[in-house]
Amino acid sequence: MNLLSLLRGEAFKRGIHPPQNKLTAERSIRRLPFASRLVVPLSQHIGKPARAVVRVGQEVVRGELIAEADGWLSVPHHAPATGFVEAIELRPSAKGPWEQSIVIKVQPGSTQEVQVAHPRDMGVLNPQEIIAAVQQTGMVGLGGAAFPSHAKMSVPKDAKVHTLVVNGCECEPYLTCDHRVMVEHADDLIEGIRHAMRATGAVRTVIGIEDNKMSAVEAIQAALMARHIPADQIAVQAVPTKYPQGAEKMLIMALFGVEVPSGGLPLAYGMVVLNVGTLAALGCLLPRGEGLVERVVTVTGPAVQRPGDYRVPIGTPMKFLLDYAGAPAESYQVILGGPMMGQAAASLDVPVTKGMSGLLVMRGADFCDRDDQKIYPCIKCGECVAACPMGLNPSLLGMLAAMRDYEPMGSQYHLGDCFECGSCSFVCPSSIPLVQQFRVAKQVLRERAVA
Amino acid sequence: MSSRLEIRSSPHIKGVSSVETIMKNVVWSLLPICAFYVFQYGISALATLVVVTASCLLADRLFARLGGQSGDIGDWSATITGLLLALTIPPGFPLWMGFVIGFVAIALGKALFGGLGRNVFNPALVGRAFGQAAFPTAIATYTPSFMPGRFTEFIPSSLAMPFMTPADTSAWIAAAKLDAWAGATPLAKWKFETVLAPAIDLLTSIGGNLAVGPAPILIVLCGLYLAARRFLDWRIPVATLIGAALTGYVVYLLNPARYPDPVFVLLSGGLVLGAVYMATDMATSPVTPRGVWVYGGLIGFLTVIIRYFSGLPEGVMYSILIANAATPLIERVTQPRPFGTASLGKRKGRAVYPLLPAEPVDVAGREKDKK
Repeated sequence: MNLLSLLRGEAFKRGIHPPQNKLTAERSIRRLPFASRLVVPLSQHIGKPARAVVRVGQEVVRGELIAEADGWLSVPHHAPATGFVEAIELRPSAKGPWEQSIVIKVQPGSTQEVQVAHPRDMGVLNPQEIIAAVQQTGMVGLGGAAFPSHAKMSVPKDAKVHTLVVNGCECEPYLTCDHRVMVEHADDLIEGIRHAMRATGAVRTVIGIEDNKMSAVEAIQAALMARHIPADQIAVQAVPTKYPQGAEKMLIMALFGVEVPSGGLPLAYGMVVLNVGTLAALGCLLPRGEGLVERVVTVTGPAVQRPGDYRVPIGTPMKFLLDYAGAPAESYQVILGGPMMGQAAASLDVPVTKGMSGLLVMRGADFCDRDDQKIYPCIKCGECVAACPMGLNPSLLGMLAAMRDYEPMGSQYHLGDCFECGSCSFVCPSSIPLVQQFRVAKQVLRERAVA
Repeated sequence: MSSRLEIRSSPHIKGVSSVETIMKNVVWSLLPICAFYVFQYGISALATLVVVTASCLLADRLFARLGGQSGDIGDWSATITGLLLALTIPPGFPLWMGFVIGFVAIALGKALFGGLGRNVFNPALVGRAFGQAAFPTAIATYTPSFMPGRFTEFIPSSLAMPFMTPADTSAWIAAAKLDAWAGATPLAKWKFETVLAPAIDLLTSIGGNLAVGPAPILIVLCGLYLAARRFLDWRIPVATLIGAALTGYVVYLLNPARYPDPVFVLLSGGLVLGAVYMATDMATSPVTPRGVWVYGGLIGFLTVIIRYFSGLPEGVMYSILIANAATPLIERVTQPRPFGTASLGKRKGRAVYPLLPAEPVDVAGREKDKK
């Protein structure tokens, strides 16, 4: 309802309000113990897999380089624990396919301190050197995309960046890892922002946070005050809570009132968008010269006994993490990320990777809303058109997809703009799997374009 | 942990709205209107509502059994068709004819196309259009409301034997010794005798013995409930009423002596019922936000044109059916504008921050280079 959106002060048109269920927002981050074996896949990111630089049987210490970046769009990996390399072999990954992975047997007596660090004075580095340092940390987008951060920070020669947009929206229901990081590690975040600003050449930063996380806004404001950083340099802005506010195009709309061109990047407006978790981790790792060996993961769900945000060593088996958090025995779906865009895990014998922001454990009964609904044909109620943040017509696209008439979906009805937020499927009273069909259609169109 | 893991494609959660909820709520919101209708016309109206709805449900069940239908009786949509159809025909409409048009409404209006969501025309109006063609006299024979014995005796025409001509009601009306209004709708009165009914009576349907349907004010209230719960697109009735009022006003300005004022246009006939409950039928109205304004406006415009310049006193039914037919075309030309197609740098909404930082950056130069 447009009038209601206006009253709420919502900035971008359309979108939805799913139940938030942020069960773990008030619990501080806790450290997870080490599992007996950690499995580090060589490919945890978008781009080329890393190259292993250790041999089977070799002893490694926590923080040691175990795989190096293979080319520009690739990141190195570091040993998440002290121990020895038990195997380098194919292991199942959360998304299904088996990946080449380094298996580390953790040494039980170790203190597990990070042993390898190259502290440095960040102030003397030039932008290229900062970007190289970012790549050395093995950092990828911790929000879930797992795109190598150094590649995102590198500004093409013919473009200029003046604004760094920091995405602290976390609009997915259930997830709270970014929220807790902002509350507990505001100083690291500011440190990371300053390095990112120098790397990209940005002269100002705006941190956008959904207004259901005012404690994060306050924590960052307090940290900025303590460091006497003026608001025209780094500003914190609460934006209305609405899904998908965390999509970078929606956030830029909310903050600056402009539409990032279809098919374009925020770079068109001289902006770079980075996730808060990524920047907070960078702020901690860059000055110390350490690699990314752990990340914060939200483990939650209606029946999880000890839900919370856990600091998890990369490579920890998912089953170990779920058992530690007390996931119910009758779980029948484990979702990597949030319920709107997260992928369902194919197996629990898989490791936590760098891009995994949350594990949402659901029982069969938690899905009765979804599973009990009968699928009807489209009754053309128009709810999906009112929900699509990209201004598409999912009703029409869905009918075309049902007929497998994919060509016009892309050429006439802008399917390429769909970023699969799932708002259309969420609101559909006929329970038509709209976004699911669009994924198939996009894949078919991509294959046809290549062929 | 169990070993049975289910893999699905996101989103993994779902909103609570469902087809059944929408349809059920439309039925609930129609009940006060039906009650008012019974209050106006007594047991004849009640019998009409029951018979027509039962006939629609029967047809729906039958075609669902035969197969090839998308919905079933559990989706409540046939109930809506039945109630709406009953509200659009005269209260004294012979019950056997009501049964026929109820069946036809579902058969030709819905089942033929494959069921719920696939129909092109509003099924209730398809039924009424069939009635208009098959039983032209009966469907134009209105009786006065608030007849003294309405709760104890039927209107004589109601109980006509199947395939028999219904009894003439004029003697029955004359026997009641009502005022001049009896027997004709306000629209017919205006069209054929150029007499206007008072606006307040039209709004409430209470004063006198007007041959009118349930009160427009009540219909609007029930529609507001649906709109507030998002089971109805408020833009369609608003566009329809604006379209009718504007068209009516223009014609009125051209010849105030011949044509009625826009208030009469809005409150008379079935315009409000059509705008709130018939034009908003989801399956047959456009999904595009701009399309619904065009669609509603078209209905309002056509209604007035048919009322003024055709042989029929009322035009709501045909204008909605014509607009239903035009819906695919309207959608085609009113597709929403995708996000990200605004011209570069065009600002909308209430932005908090300037597009460029306060400090002078060499962005202006770059923009110039591009041009």
